Amino acid sequence: MFVLAEMKHVIRTPPWKFNVKLTDAIAEELNKKLANKVVLNVGLCIALHDIIHMEDSFIFPGDGAAHTKVRFRYVVFRPFLEEVLVGKIRSCSSEGVHVTLGFFDDIVIPPSALQHPSRFDETEQVWVWEYDTGADGEKHDLFMDAGEPIRFRVTAESFTETSPSGPETPDATTPADSAKPEHKIPYTLTGGISESGLGLLSWWTS
Amino acid sequence: METINPNSAMLSNFEVLALLQELKSQQKKNRTARNSPLATIIYEATRYLQDSPCKLQTAEHVRTFLTALKEFKLTKAEKLMLLNNPPSTPLEIQVMVEESEERFTEDEVEKLLQIIQEILPVTQKEEEEDMDS
Repeated sequence: MFVLAEMKHVIRTPPWKFNVKLTDAIAEELNKKLANKVVLNVGLCIALHDIIHMEDSFIFPGDGAAHTKVRFRYVVFRPFLEEVLVGKIRSCSSEGVHVTLGFFDDIVIPPSALQHPSRFDETEQVWVWEYDTGADGEKHDLFMDAGEPIRFRVTAESFTETSPSGPETPDATTPADSAKPEHKIPYTLTGGISESGLGLLSWWTS
Repeated sequence: METINPNSAMLSNFEVLALLQELKSQQKKNRTARNSPLATIIYEATRYLQDSPCKLQTAEHVRTFLTALKEFKLTKAEKLMLLNNPPSTPLEIQVMVEESEERFTEDEVEKLLQIIQEILPVTQKEEEEDMDS
């Protein structure tokens, strides 16, 4: 579920950090810049792994800071497709089951990817797998309560550009737009549990 | 910022946990800001990883495990999954290893499970039983 991503960047080291070792100052800067952030088409950045290469620092006229070009590797959360992960159910809604890993929340298992047949219990707000016991149409309800550990397969991923994209079309500034600062999710995973062996861990222990 | 290679290597949960713990102790020494994004992600990711089986793994476990898996001709990704979430039933193997029924005989699957059980430290058993009760 974790990978190393190799990246390149020019880091600015301000003069008040000249007393620190340059590598430490750069490492701190990179962690400040990237930790806990999603980089488009890379994944959720966790922490700096190592600096591979550092070029000579240079200064610009009018700026006392040192600029250093570095190549580094960063630990990134990016499960590969078809990977099987274990998480916890965060909540259920009619859109499906939302799963969290603690540090990453944007995982959805859509209704079509749940065990078949499943139904959504409106009163309890949970998804229920109507497990067929085989004895003439008798069904056993298996509830997917929040907080339960769940094993799922990653079936799709999607990245969304979240940086401001300039002014929208003029009519978009009408009242309908007041609810605009809508929260864009930069990185979402889609999961599936429609195979035997997947789903709540407790379903398969016995 | 320029990405040279978004996936230059895969890391096991064990390696990530080791790195995070090292960073954590470094942060304590330097008393860096507690509410920085780095501190947050270290805390949250460590909490997830400490609940997972990689908590008890050591470099030695990983090395012997991978050597023992050589004869099975598994892909890198499959080995990684087996290491991150060691399966204990044939069903779990079927989920993680693609077309395992065609690639392995029942005996081989049994042998694989046995290797996992012998080499990797177990924690899950008790937790799972707790949940059932």
